[in-house]
Amino acid sequence: MSTVACPDCAASVPVPGEALVSEILVCRECDSELEVVGVDPPLLARAPEVEEDWGE
Amino acid sequence: MSDVDVVLVASRIRAEERALLEALRGRGVRHHVLDPRELIIEPTQSPIVDGVALIREISLTSARYTARALEATGSVTVNNSSVIEMCGDKALTALAFARHGVATPRTLVTLSEPAAVQACDEIGYPAVIKPVVGSWGRLVARVPDQETATNLLEHRSQLPGPQHRVTCVQDWVDKPGRDIRVLIVGDQPVAAMYRRSEHWRTNAALGAEPAPCRLTPDLAKLATDAARAVGSGVLGVDVVEDNDGRLMALEVNHGTEFRALQSVTDVDLADAIVEHVLGLVE
Repeated sequence: MSTVACPDCAASVPVPGEALVSEILVCRECDSELEVVGVDPPLLARAPEVEEDWGE
Repeated sequence: MSDVDVVLVASRIRAEERALLEALRGRGVRHHVLDPRELIIEPTQSPIVDGVALIREISLTSARYTARALEATGSVTVNNSSVIEMCGDKALTALAFARHGVATPRTLVTLSEPAAVQACDEIGYPAVIKPVVGSWGRLVARVPDQETATNLLEHRSQLPGPQHRVTCVQDWVDKPGRDIRVLIVGDQPVAAMYRRSEHWRTNAALGAEPAPCRLTPDLAKLATDAARAVGSGVLGVDVVEDNDGRLMALEVNHGTEFRALQSVTDVDLADAIVEHVLGLVE
């Protein structure tokens, strides 16, 4: 388990060892949705906003 | 080790995609993830990917174009672009249901605000207004009377984009606090669940609670017929019962989420999907 600074509030966000690129994590401090954009080393970015054509 | 390569097309890895990747690993299938956001499509005859593509892209637009591009260069896709387009547009789904005689609530499709108001009057109140594109119950509204319908449709007409002029107006079904989701894989119903909610919209994304549901012959037939109407594949069919117990198909989902269903069934859903995908090319 690594920690990465939240791109929004700078709080430490735990990134599980089994995290995959394109998975979404949520910052416990600010509730921001964060996308895993790298795993070695772990990198987080703000997740894209939900679009109108997203879904099932 | 399978000889087939599977390309999982997704820009977001949800619980479903993670389960599918684990199922691929468990079967020893070579695989990788293709993120459509990174794709630069050059129309050519060279294959874009080598293997069968399992389209799990969350964006309808990206899913359609990616599937089309892959098919144009000879790849097998699941679901294919035609199925994605049919399921991604509720008006096209309604037309497919009618063509194949699938039981569904009465649905009228309109292309303008005045016609949509007229369609609500024709259906009677309460009526359900649905945008043709959208998921998770977003912007689906039950209108109790003409005044509410007129107001809501006036608001819709101000939204940017011509797509918002296309509206499905549907009979409201007084259902018993639940609807049913059936997972179809290939041509086979694999599992079903009730989705219970206090709200009339019983989408899992809106917090409906899953509960086990027996796949009765009638339910299995309706769901299979609905899936066949749009072209079959890996599909989530939504079914509603009225208070007389009559079953009707509401819609078919091409990028079906199945984590809630998995929580109430012993069937390994991800593995069933992977088995189907491999069976298409082996």
